[in-house]
Amino acid sequence: MIGRDLLGIEDLDRAEIERILETAQRMQEVGLREIKRVPTLRGRTIVNLFFESSTRTRTSFEIAGKRLSADVINFTAESSSLSKSESILDTARTLDAMAPDAVIVRHKVAGVPKRIADVLECPVINAGDGAHEHPTQALLDLLTVLEEKQRIDGLTVVIVGDILHSRVARSNIYGFLKLGAEVRVAGPPTLLPPGIETLGVKAYTSLREAIDGADVVMALRIQSERLSNAYVPSVREYSALWGLDRAKMRFAKEDAIVMHPGPINRGVEIAHDLADRRPSVILDQVRNGVALRMAVLYLLTGRASASAVESTR
Amino acid sequence: MQNVSQHPQGSSDTAAGPDRIVLDDTAIRRALVRIAHEIVERNEALDALYLVAIPNGGVPLARQLAANVHEISGLDLPVGVLDTTLYRDDLSLRGERPPLRVTEMPSAVDDRIVVLVDDVANTGRTIRAAMDALMDFGRPRAVQVVALVDRGHRELPIRIDYVGKNIPTQVRELVVLRGRDGTLDPPLEVRVQTSRVEGVHGAQGRGDG
Repeated sequence: MIGRDLLGIEDLDRAEIERILETAQRMQEVGLREIKRVPTLRGRTIVNLFFESSTRTRTSFEIAGKRLSADVINFTAESSSLSKSESILDTARTLDAMAPDAVIVRHKVAGVPKRIADVLECPVINAGDGAHEHPTQALLDLLTVLEEKQRIDGLTVVIVGDILHSRVARSNIYGFLKLGAEVRVAGPPTLLPPGIETLGVKAYTSLREAIDGADVVMALRIQSERLSNAYVPSVREYSALWGLDRAKMRFAKEDAIVMHPGPINRGVEIAHDLADRRPSVILDQVRNGVALRMAVLYLLTGRASASAVESTR
Repeated sequence: MQNVSQHPQGSSDTAAGPDRIVLDDTAIRRALVRIAHEIVERNEALDALYLVAIPNGGVPLARQLAANVHEISGLDLPVGVLDTTLYRDDLSLRGERPPLRVTEMPSAVDDRIVVLVDDVANTGRTIRAAMDALMDFGRPRAVQVVALVDRGHRELPIRIDYVGKNIPTQVRELVVLRGRDGTLDPPLEVRVQTSRVEGVHGAQGRGDG
Protein backbone atom coordinates (compact mmCIF):
# COMPACT_ATOMS: atom_id res chain seq x y z
CA MET A 1 0.00 0.00 0.00
CA ILE A 2 2.85 2.39 0.74
CA GLY A 3 5.71 2.43 -1.72
CA ARG A 4 9.26 1.48 -0.98
CA ASP A 5 10.50 5.03 -0.41
CA LEU A 6 9.07 8.26 0.97
CA LEU A 7 10.38 10.92 -1.38
CA GLY A 8 7.48 13.35 -1.52
CA ILE A 9 3.86 13.89 -0.61
CA GLU A 10 3.14 14.38 -4.32
CA ASP A 11 3.65 10.62 -4.79
CA LEU A 12 1.19 9.59 -2.05
CA ASP A 13 -2.54 9.14 -2.34
CA ARG A 14 -5.05 10.01 0.32
CA ALA A 15 -5.32 6.47 1.70
CA GLU A 16 -1.55 6.21 2.08
CA ILE A 17 -1.37 9.52 3.91
CA GLU A 18 -4.20 8.48 6.20
CA ARG A 19 -2.53 5.17 6.95
CA ILE A 20 0.69 6.94 7.95
CA LEU A 21 -1.23 9.40 10.15
CA GLU A 22 -3.22 6.64 11.84
CA THR A 23 -0.05 4.69 12.55
CA ALA A 24 1.55 7.85 13.95
CA GLN A 25 -1.43 8.39 16.27
CA ARG A 26 -0.82 4.94 17.73
CA MET A 27 2.93 5.61 18.01
CA GLN A 28 2.26 8.71 20.12
CA GLU A 29 1.36 6.48 23.04
CA VAL A 30 4.92 5.06 23.14
CA GLY A 31 6.24 8.56 23.79
CA LEU A 32 4.04 8.87 26.88
CA ARG A 33 5.46 5.78 28.56
CA GLU A 34 8.12 5.75 31.20
CA ILE A 35 10.13 3.36 29.04
CA LYS A 36 9.83 5.02 25.66
CA ARG A 37 11.03 2.10 23.62
CA VAL A 38 9.47 -0.82 21.76
CA PRO A 39 11.49 -3.71 20.29
CA THR A 40 10.05 -3.52 16.77
CA LEU A 41 13.23 -2.63 14.85
CA ARG A 42 15.71 -4.47 17.06
CA GLY A 43 18.79 -5.39 15.06
CA ARG A 44 17.91 -3.01 12.24
CA THR A 45 20.20 -0.20 11.13
CA ILE A 46 18.98 3.23 10.12
CA VAL A 47 21.35 5.74 8.57
CA ASN A 48 20.85 9.48 8.81
CA LEU A 49 22.64 10.75 5.69
CA PHE A 50 22.61 14.53 5.99
CA PHE A 51 24.47 16.58 3.40
CA GLU A 52 22.91 19.73 4.81
CA SER A 53 23.01 20.42 8.50
CA SER A 54 19.79 20.11 10.43
CA THR A 55 19.90 19.40 14.10
CA ARG A 56 16.16 19.29 14.56
CA THR A 57 15.12 16.92 11.81
CA ARG A 58 18.12 14.66 12.28
CA THR A 59 17.52 14.43 16.02
CA SER A 60 13.85 13.72 15.47
CA PHE A 61 14.63 10.81 13.14
CA GLU A 62 17.30 9.61 15.54
CA ILE A 63 14.91 9.56 18.49
CA ALA A 64 12.24 7.91 16.35
CA GLY A 65 14.62 5.15 15.29
CA LYS A 66 15.87 4.60 18.83
CA ARG A 67 12.35 4.40 20.24
CA LEU A 68 11.82 1.51 17.82
CA SER A 69 15.09 -0.07 19.06
CA ALA A 70 16.94 0.41 15.76
CA ASP A 71 20.62 1.28 15.66
CA VAL A 72 20.85 4.80 14.26
CA ILE A 73 24.03 5.92 12.54
CA ASN A 74 24.53 9.61 11.78
CA PHE A 75 26.45 10.34 8.63
CA THR A 76 26.78 14.08 8.16
CA ALA A 77 28.73 15.36 5.21
CA GLU A 78 29.77 18.85 4.32
CA SER A 79 27.34 20.38 1.90
CA SER A 80 28.26 19.08 -1.50
CA SER A 81 27.96 21.13 -4.62
CA LEU A 82 26.16 19.85 -7.69
CA SER A 83 29.47 19.14 -9.39
CA LYS A 84 30.25 16.65 -6.65
CA SER A 85 27.01 14.74 -7.14
CA GLU A 86 28.96 11.79 -8.46
CA SER A 87 30.57 11.38 -5.08
CA ILE A 88 27.13 11.43 -3.46
CA LEU A 89 26.22 8.29 -5.34
CA ASP A 90 29.55 6.76 -4.37
CA THR A 91 28.70 7.54 -0.78
CA ALA A 92 25.33 5.89 -1.29
CA ARG A 93 26.89 2.76 -2.77
CA THR A 94 29.33 2.55 0.12
CA LEU A 95 26.42 2.79 2.54
CA ASP A 96 24.48 0.20 0.63
CA ALA A 97 27.32 -2.27 1.05
CA MET A 98 26.80 -1.95 4.80
CA ALA A 99 23.21 -3.19 4.35
CA PRO A 100 21.20 -0.55 6.19
CA ASP A 101 17.46 -1.08 6.61
CA ALA A 102 16.55 2.54 5.87
CA VAL A 103 18.44 5.64 4.82
CA ILE A 104 17.24 9.15 5.58
CA VAL A 105 18.59 11.75 3.19
CA ARG A 106 18.76 15.52 3.35
CA HIS A 107 20.46 17.52 0.62
CA LYS A 108 20.29 21.10 -0.54
CA VAL A 109 19.77 19.99 -4.12
CA ALA A 110 16.31 18.84 -5.18
CA GLY A 111 16.17 15.27 -6.46
CA VAL A 112 19.21 13.89 -4.65
CA PRO A 113 17.15 11.55 -2.40
CA LYS A 114 15.54 10.11 -5.51
CA ARG A 115 18.93 9.51 -7.13
CA ILE A 116 20.17 7.83 -3.98
CA ALA A 117 16.98 5.74 -3.79
CA ASP A 118 17.66 4.52 -7.32
CA VAL A 119 21.01 3.15 -6.15
CA LEU A 120 20.07 1.74 -2.74
CA GLU A 121 18.35 -1.55 -2.00
CA CYS A 122 16.72 -0.25 1.16
CA PRO A 123 13.96 2.36 1.59
CA VAL A 124 15.00 5.99 1.35
CA ILE A 125 13.22 8.75 3.24
CA ASN A 126 13.56 12.31 2.02
CA ALA A 127 14.30 14.61 4.96
CA GLY A 128 14.31 17.69 2.74
CA ASP A 129 15.80 18.25 -0.70
CA GLY A 130 16.34 21.77 -1.97
CA ALA A 131 13.08 23.55 -2.70
CA HIS A 132 11.42 20.25 -3.65
CA GLU A 133 9.81 18.43 -0.71
CA HIS A 134 10.07 17.71 2.99
CA PRO A 135 7.44 14.99 3.33
CA THR A 136 7.81 14.11 7.01
CA GLN A 137 7.42 17.77 7.96
CA ALA A 138 4.13 17.98 6.07
CA LEU A 139 2.93 14.71 7.59
CA LEU A 140 3.71 15.88 11.11
CA ASP A 141 1.91 19.13 10.35
CA LEU A 142 -1.12 17.15 9.16
CA LEU A 143 -0.92 15.04 12.33
CA THR A 144 -0.82 18.16 14.48
CA VAL A 145 -3.81 19.73 12.73
CA LEU A 146 -5.71 16.46 12.98
CA GLU A 147 -4.98 16.35 16.70
CA GLU A 148 -6.26 19.91 17.11
CA LYS A 149 -9.25 19.86 14.76
CA GLN A 150 -10.10 16.13 14.48
CA ARG A 151 -10.32 16.59 10.71
CA ILE A 152 -8.54 18.06 7.72
CA ASP A 153 -11.45 17.99 5.27
CA GLY A 154 -12.99 21.40 4.79
CA LEU A 155 -10.43 23.35 6.84
CA THR A 156 -8.89 26.56 5.52
CA VAL A 157 -5.10 26.48 5.79
CA VAL A 158 -2.93 29.51 5.12
CA ILE A 159 0.79 29.17 4.42
CA VAL A 160 2.62 32.47 4.85
CA GLY A 161 6.06 33.57 3.71
CA ASP A 162 8.69 32.36 1.29
CA ILE A 163 6.58 30.01 -0.81
CA LEU A 164 9.08 30.20 -3.68
CA HIS A 165 11.98 28.52 -1.91
CA SER A 166 10.09 26.40 0.60
CA ARG A 167 9.98 22.61 0.39
CA VAL A 168 7.86 22.68 3.54
CA ALA A 169 5.28 24.76 1.66
CA ARG A 170 5.26 22.41 -1.34
CA SER A 171 4.84 19.29 0.75
CA ASN A 172 2.15 20.88 2.87
CA ILE A 173 0.27 22.14 -0.19
CA TYR A 174 0.14 18.59 -1.57
CA GLY A 175 -0.74 17.08 1.79
CA PHE A 176 -3.52 19.43 2.84
CA LEU A 177 -5.06 19.46 -0.64
CA LYS A 178 -5.05 15.66 -0.83
CA LEU A 179 -6.87 15.47 2.49
CA GLY A 180 -9.51 17.94 1.39
CA ALA A 181 -8.48 21.27 2.91
CA GLU A 182 -8.61 24.63 1.18
CA VAL A 183 -5.05 25.91 0.92
CA ARG A 184 -4.09 29.55 0.60
CA VAL A 185 -0.57 30.82 0.17
CA ALA A 186 0.44 34.36 1.03
CA GLY A 187 3.67 36.31 0.80
CA PRO A 188 5.52 39.11 -0.92
CA PRO A 189 5.00 38.88 -4.72
CA THR A 190 8.73 38.21 -5.12
CA LEU A 191 8.38 35.05 -3.01
CA LEU A 192 5.22 33.67 -4.62
CA PRO A 193 6.10 31.37 -7.52
CA PRO A 194 4.25 32.36 -10.70
CA GLY A 195 1.56 29.86 -11.57
CA ILE A 196 1.32 28.45 -8.03
CA GLU A 197 -2.48 28.42 -8.47
CA THR A 198 -2.13 25.50 -10.88
CA LEU A 199 -1.41 23.31 -7.83
CA GLY A 200 -4.91 24.09 -6.60
CA VAL A 201 -4.16 26.81 -4.06
CA LYS A 202 -5.25 30.42 -3.86
CA ALA A 203 -2.47 33.00 -3.81
CA TYR A 204 -2.69 36.22 -1.80
CA THR A 205 -0.46 39.25 -1.58
CA SER A 206 -2.43 40.54 1.40
CA LEU A 207 -1.99 38.68 4.65
CA ARG A 208 -5.22 40.09 6.03
CA GLU A 209 -7.25 38.74 3.12
CA ALA A 210 -5.47 35.39 3.27
CA ILE A 211 -6.03 34.95 7.00
CA ASP A 212 -9.72 35.85 6.83
CA GLY A 213 -11.66 32.93 8.27
CA ALA A 214 -8.65 30.60 8.46
CA ASP A 215 -8.50 27.53 10.71
CA VAL A 216 -4.73 27.09 10.45
CA VAL A 217 -2.06 29.73 9.83
CA MET A 218 1.38 28.38 9.10
CA ALA A 219 4.38 30.71 8.96
CA LEU A 220 7.46 29.59 7.05
CA ARG A 221 11.01 30.31 8.05
CA ILE A 222 12.56 33.10 6.02
CA GLN A 223 16.21 32.50 5.27
CA SER A 224 18.44 35.46 6.04
CA GLU A 225 19.91 35.41 2.54
CA ARG A 226 16.46 36.12 1.12
CA LEU A 227 16.20 39.19 3.29
CA SER A 228 19.49 40.53 1.96
CA ASN A 229 18.94 39.41 -1.62
CA ALA A 230 16.38 41.93 -2.92
CA TYR A 231 13.46 39.54 -2.41
CA VAL A 232 12.36 41.62 0.55
CA PRO A 233 13.24 45.26 1.22
CA SER A 234 14.06 44.77 4.91
CA VAL A 235 13.50 42.56 7.90
CA ARG A 236 11.42 45.26 9.50
CA GLU A 237 9.15 45.55 6.49
CA TYR A 238 8.81 41.78 6.19
CA SER A 239 7.91 41.53 9.83
CA ALA A 240 5.40 44.38 9.63
CA LEU A 241 3.64 42.98 6.56
CA TRP A 242 4.03 39.20 6.96
CA GLY A 243 4.97 38.54 10.56
CA LEU A 244 2.17 36.87 12.53
CA ASP A 245 0.96 38.54 15.69
CA ARG A 246 -2.18 38.52 17.78
CA ALA A 247 -3.60 41.56 16.01
CA LYS A 248 -3.38 39.90 12.59
CA MET A 249 -4.72 36.62 13.94
CA ARG A 250 -7.96 38.37 14.89
CA PHE A 251 -9.03 37.95 11.26
CA ALA A 252 -8.71 34.19 11.48
CA LYS A 253 -11.30 31.97 13.12
CA GLU A 254 -11.48 32.31 16.86
CA ASP A 255 -10.04 28.84 17.39
CA ALA A 256 -7.40 29.10 14.67
CA ILE A 257 -3.97 27.65 15.40
CA VAL A 258 -0.53 28.98 14.49
CA MET A 259 2.19 26.70 13.18
CA HIS A 260 5.82 27.02 12.18
CA PRO A 261 8.24 24.31 11.02
CA GLY A 262 11.08 25.87 13.03
CA PRO A 263 13.55 27.12 13.80
CA ILE A 264 11.74 30.42 14.35
CA ASN A 265 13.20 33.82 13.67
CA ARG A 266 11.55 35.36 16.69
CA GLY A 267 9.94 38.70 16.03
CA VAL A 268 10.27 38.20 12.26
CA GLU A 269 7.89 35.44 11.21
CA ILE A 270 6.02 35.25 14.51
CA ALA A 271 5.78 37.73 17.36
CA HIS A 272 7.32 36.56 20.64
CA ASP A 273 4.10 36.45 22.59
CA LEU A 274 2.40 34.48 19.84
CA ALA A 275 5.12 31.89 19.42
CA ASP A 276 5.25 30.64 22.97
CA ARG A 277 1.68 29.78 23.81
CA ARG A 278 -1.73 29.16 22.38
CA PRO A 279 -2.82 29.47 19.69
CA SER A 280 0.72 28.42 18.73
CA VAL A 281 1.19 24.63 18.50
CA ILE A 282 4.85 24.78 17.49
CA LEU A 283 6.08 22.48 20.25
CA ASP A 284 3.28 20.03 19.52
CA GLN A 285 4.62 19.89 15.97
CA VAL A 286 8.03 18.93 17.32
CA ARG A 287 6.56 16.28 19.62
CA ASN A 288 4.42 14.86 16.83
CA GLY A 289 7.46 14.73 14.58
CA VAL A 290 8.92 11.85 16.56
CA ALA A 291 5.73 9.76 16.46
CA LEU A 292 5.24 10.50 12.78
CA ARG A 293 8.79 9.43 11.92
CA MET A 294 8.37 6.27 14.00
CA ALA A 295 5.32 5.49 11.88
CA VAL A 296 7.18 6.08 8.63
CA LEU A 297 10.11 3.91 9.72
CA TYR A 298 7.76 1.15 10.88
CA LEU A 299 5.75 1.12 7.66
CA LEU A 300 8.66 1.38 5.23
CA THR A 301 10.97 -1.15 6.87
CA GLY A 302 8.20 -3.74 6.67
CA ARG A 303 8.23 -3.65 2.93
CA ALA A 304 12.01 -3.88 2.85
CA SER A 305 12.09 -6.99 4.98
CA ALA A 306 9.56 -8.67 2.71
CA SER A 307 11.87 -8.34 -0.27
CA ALA A 308 14.77 -9.50 1.88
CA VAL A 309 12.87 -12.65 2.79
CA GLU A 310 12.04 -13.30 -0.83
CA SER A 311 15.61 -12.86 -1.98
CA THR A 312 16.92 -15.42 0.52
CA ARG A 313 14.45 -18.11 -0.51
CA MET B 1 -10.52 -9.02 13.93
CA GLN B 2 -13.94 -7.70 13.22
CA ASN B 3 -13.00 -7.56 9.58
CA VAL B 4 -12.25 -11.23 9.35
CA SER B 5 -15.69 -12.42 8.42
CA GLN B 6 -16.63 -9.86 5.86
CA HIS B 7 -16.67 -12.30 3.00
CA PRO B 8 -19.94 -12.54 1.11
CA GLN B 9 -22.71 -14.53 2.72
CA GLY B 10 -23.12 -17.96 1.23
CA SER B 11 -19.50 -18.51 0.44
CA SER B 12 -19.14 -20.39 3.69
CA ASP B 13 -20.51 -23.72 2.54
CA THR B 14 -18.16 -24.31 -0.35
CA ALA B 15 -15.62 -27.08 -0.55
CA ALA B 16 -13.66 -25.34 2.18
CA GLY B 17 -16.32 -26.45 4.64
CA PRO B 18 -19.02 -24.57 6.52
CA ASP B 19 -18.44 -22.10 9.31
CA ARG B 20 -19.66 -23.29 12.65
CA ILE B 21 -20.67 -21.19 15.61
CA VAL B 22 -18.97 -22.65 18.66
CA LEU B 23 -20.10 -20.02 21.18
CA ASP B 24 -23.15 -17.83 20.87
CA ASP B 25 -23.87 -14.68 22.85
CA THR B 26 -25.54 -16.54 25.72
CA ALA B 27 -22.67 -19.00 26.01
CA ILE B 28 -20.15 -16.15 25.94
CA ARG B 29 -22.01 -14.28 28.70
CA ARG B 30 -22.22 -17.42 30.81
CA ALA B 31 -18.50 -18.10 30.35
CA LEU B 32 -17.63 -14.54 31.37
CA VAL B 33 -19.76 -14.81 34.53
CA ARG B 34 -17.99 -18.02 35.49
CA ILE B 35 -14.55 -16.59 34.75
CA ALA B 36 -15.34 -13.49 36.81
CA HIS B 37 -16.20 -15.77 39.77
CA GLU B 38 -12.97 -17.70 39.25
CA ILE B 39 -10.94 -14.48 39.22
CA VAL B 40 -12.54 -13.31 42.45
CA GLU B 41 -12.04 -16.71 44.09
CA ARG B 42 -8.44 -17.09 43.05
CA ASN B 43 -7.23 -13.63 44.08
CA GLU B 44 -7.44 -12.49 47.68
CA ALA B 45 -6.04 -9.05 46.88
CA LEU B 46 -8.99 -8.02 44.74
CA ASP B 47 -8.05 -4.35 44.89
CA ALA B 48 -4.75 -5.17 43.16
CA LEU B 49 -6.47 -6.61 40.09
CA TYR B 50 -6.07 -4.86 36.76
CA LEU B 51 -7.79 -6.18 33.64
CA VAL B 52 -5.75 -5.60 30.49
CA ALA B 53 -7.42 -6.39 27.17
CA ILE B 54 -5.55 -7.44 24.05
CA PRO B 55 -7.26 -5.68 21.15
CA ASN B 56 -9.45 -6.01 19.36
CA GLY B 57 -11.29 -9.09 20.59
CA GLY B 58 -10.22 -8.81 24.22
CA VAL B 59 -11.71 -5.35 24.70
CA PRO B 60 -15.45 -6.15 24.94
CA LEU B 61 -14.64 -9.27 26.97
CA ALA B 62 -12.56 -7.33 29.52
CA ARG B 63 -15.30 -4.71 29.88
CA GLN B 64 -17.88 -7.43 30.52
CA LEU B 65 -15.56 -9.13 33.01
CA ALA B 66 -15.14 -5.83 34.86
CA ALA B 67 -18.92 -5.44 35.02
CA ASN B 68 -19.29 -9.01 36.27
CA VAL B 69 -16.62 -8.56 38.95
CA HIS B 70 -18.40 -5.39 40.04
CA GLU B 71 -21.63 -7.36 40.38
CA ILE B 72 -19.94 -10.03 42.45
CA SER B 73 -17.71 -7.94 44.68
CA GLY B 74 -18.73 -4.31 44.28
CA LEU B 75 -15.23 -3.44 43.13
CA ASP B 76 -14.52 -1.35 40.03
CA LEU B 77 -11.46 -2.85 38.40
CA PRO B 78 -9.39 -0.71 36.04
CA VAL B 79 -9.51 -1.88 32.43
CA GLY B 80 -6.54 -1.22 30.14
CA VAL B 81 -5.98 -1.96 26.48
CA LEU B 82 -2.57 -3.17 25.35
CA ASP B 83 -1.72 -3.58 21.67
CA THR B 84 0.93 -6.23 21.12
CA THR B 85 1.69 -5.49 17.46
CA LEU B 86 5.02 -3.74 18.04
CA TYR B 87 6.16 -6.71 20.15
CA ARG B 88 5.23 -9.50 17.74
CA ASP B 89 7.92 -12.02 16.86
CA ASP B 90 6.81 -12.43 13.25
CA LEU B 91 7.11 -8.82 12.11
CA SER B 92 10.29 -9.45 10.14
CA LEU B 93 8.64 -12.39 8.35
CA ARG B 94 5.73 -10.39 7.04
CA GLY B 95 5.65 -8.00 4.11
CA GLU B 96 3.01 -5.42 4.74
CA ARG B 97 3.07 -4.03 8.25
CA PRO B 98 0.03 -4.92 10.32
CA PRO B 99 -2.03 -1.95 11.47
CA LEU B 100 -1.45 -0.78 15.02
CA ARG B 101 -4.29 -0.81 17.49
CA VAL B 102 -4.97 1.52 20.38
CA THR B 103 -3.04 1.15 23.62
CA GLU B 104 -4.58 2.77 26.70
CA MET B 105 -3.15 1.93 30.06
CA PRO B 106 -4.99 4.17 32.57
CA SER B 107 -3.25 2.79 35.66
CA ALA B 108 0.32 1.87 36.50
CA VAL B 109 0.99 -1.87 36.48
CA ASP B 110 3.53 -1.83 39.30
CA ASP B 111 2.52 -4.28 42.01
CA ARG B 112 -0.81 -4.99 40.31
CA ILE B 113 -2.16 -8.44 39.53
CA VAL B 114 -2.59 -8.02 35.82
CA VAL B 115 -5.18 -10.22 34.14
CA LEU B 116 -4.60 -10.28 30.38
CA VAL B 117 -7.82 -10.83 28.44
CA ASP B 118 -7.75 -12.24 24.91
CA ASP B 119 -10.48 -13.71 22.77
CA VAL B 120 -8.64 -16.69 21.33
CA ALA B 121 -5.49 -18.35 22.66
CA ASN B 122 -3.60 -20.66 20.38
CA THR B 123 0.16 -20.63 19.85
CA GLY B 124 0.85 -18.50 22.92
CA ARG B 125 2.81 -16.00 20.88
CA THR B 126 0.37 -13.13 21.41
CA ILE B 127 0.47 -13.71 25.17
CA ARG B 128 4.27 -13.75 25.04
CA ALA B 129 4.22 -10.41 23.19
CA ALA B 130 1.70 -9.02 25.67
CA MET B 131 3.89 -9.98 28.61
CA ASP B 132 6.88 -8.26 27.06
CA ALA B 133 4.80 -5.16 26.43
CA LEU B 134 3.46 -5.26 29.97
CA MET B 135 6.97 -5.30 31.44
CA ASP B 136 7.69 -2.04 29.62
CA PHE B 137 4.93 -0.47 31.70
CA GLY B 138 6.32 -1.64 35.02
CA ARG B 139 6.63 -4.64 37.31
CA PRO B 140 3.34 -6.39 37.96
CA ARG B 141 3.00 -8.52 41.10
CA ALA B 142 1.60 -11.33 38.96
CA VAL B 143 0.24 -11.90 35.48
CA GLN B 144 -2.73 -14.16 34.75
CA VAL B 145 -4.41 -14.88 31.46
CA VAL B 146 -8.05 -15.16 30.36
CA ALA B 147 -8.95 -16.61 26.97
CA LEU B 148 -12.55 -17.00 25.86
CA VAL B 149 -11.46 -19.81 23.56
CA ASP B 150 -8.37 -21.98 23.84
CA ARG B 151 -7.42 -23.80 20.65
CA GLY B 152 -4.41 -25.37 22.29
CA HIS B 153 -1.83 -25.42 19.51
CA ARG B 154 0.76 -24.03 21.90
CA GLU B 155 4.22 -23.23 20.56
CA LEU B 156 5.52 -21.55 23.72
CA PRO B 157 5.32 -22.57 27.38
CA ILE B 158 2.31 -20.37 28.14
CA ARG B 159 -0.54 -21.39 30.42
CA ILE B 160 -4.03 -19.94 30.24
CA ASP B 161 -5.41 -19.46 33.76
CA TYR B 162 -9.07 -18.94 32.87
CA VAL B 163 -10.55 -20.60 29.80
CA GLY B 164 -14.06 -19.99 28.50
CA LYS B 165 -14.06 -23.07 26.33
CA ASN B 166 -11.48 -25.43 24.92
CA ILE B 167 -12.14 -25.89 21.22
CA PRO B 168 -10.17 -28.45 19.26
CA THR B 169 -9.45 -27.09 15.80
CA GLN B 170 -7.34 -27.76 12.76
CA VAL B 171 -4.32 -25.51 12.54
CA ARG B 172 -5.55 -24.06 9.26
CA GLU B 173 -8.94 -23.16 10.65
CA LEU B 174 -9.70 -19.66 11.89
CA VAL B 175 -11.45 -18.89 15.14
CA VAL B 176 -12.97 -15.44 15.24
CA LEU B 177 -14.96 -13.42 17.73
CA ARG B 178 -17.38 -11.09 16.10
CA GLY B 179 -20.41 -9.01 16.89
CA ARG B 180 -23.20 -7.38 15.01
CA ASP B 181 -22.47 -6.25 11.45
CA GLY B 182 -18.77 -6.93 11.61
CA THR B 183 -18.26 -4.90 14.82
CA LEU B 184 -17.54 -6.13 18.31
CA ASP B 185 -20.90 -4.91 19.62
CA PRO B 186 -23.22 -7.54 21.09
CA PRO B 187 -24.59 -10.01 20.31
CA LEU B 188 -21.20 -11.66 20.12
CA GLU B 189 -20.40 -15.06 18.71
CA VAL B 190 -17.33 -17.20 18.14
CA ARG B 191 -17.07 -18.93 14.79
CA VAL B 192 -14.70 -21.50 13.41
CA GLN B 193 -13.96 -20.90 9.77
CA THR B 194 -11.92 -22.89 7.36
CA SER B 195 -9.21 -20.73 5.91
CA ARG B 196 -9.80 -20.42 2.19
CA VAL B 197 -6.53 -18.76 1.31
CA GLU B 198 -3.19 -20.03 2.51
CA GLY B 199 -1.91 -17.77 5.24
CA VAL B 200 -5.13 -15.81 5.40
CA HIS B 201 -5.07 -15.74 9.17
CA GLY B 202 -1.86 -13.76 9.09
CA ALA B 203 -3.28 -11.16 6.77
CA GLN B 204 -6.60 -10.69 8.47
CA GLY B 205 -6.85 -11.32 12.10
CA ARG B 206 -5.05 -12.38 15.17
CA GLY B 207 -7.43 -14.84 16.73
CA ASP B 208 -4.70 -17.35 16.19
CA GLY B 209 -2.18 -16.47 18.81
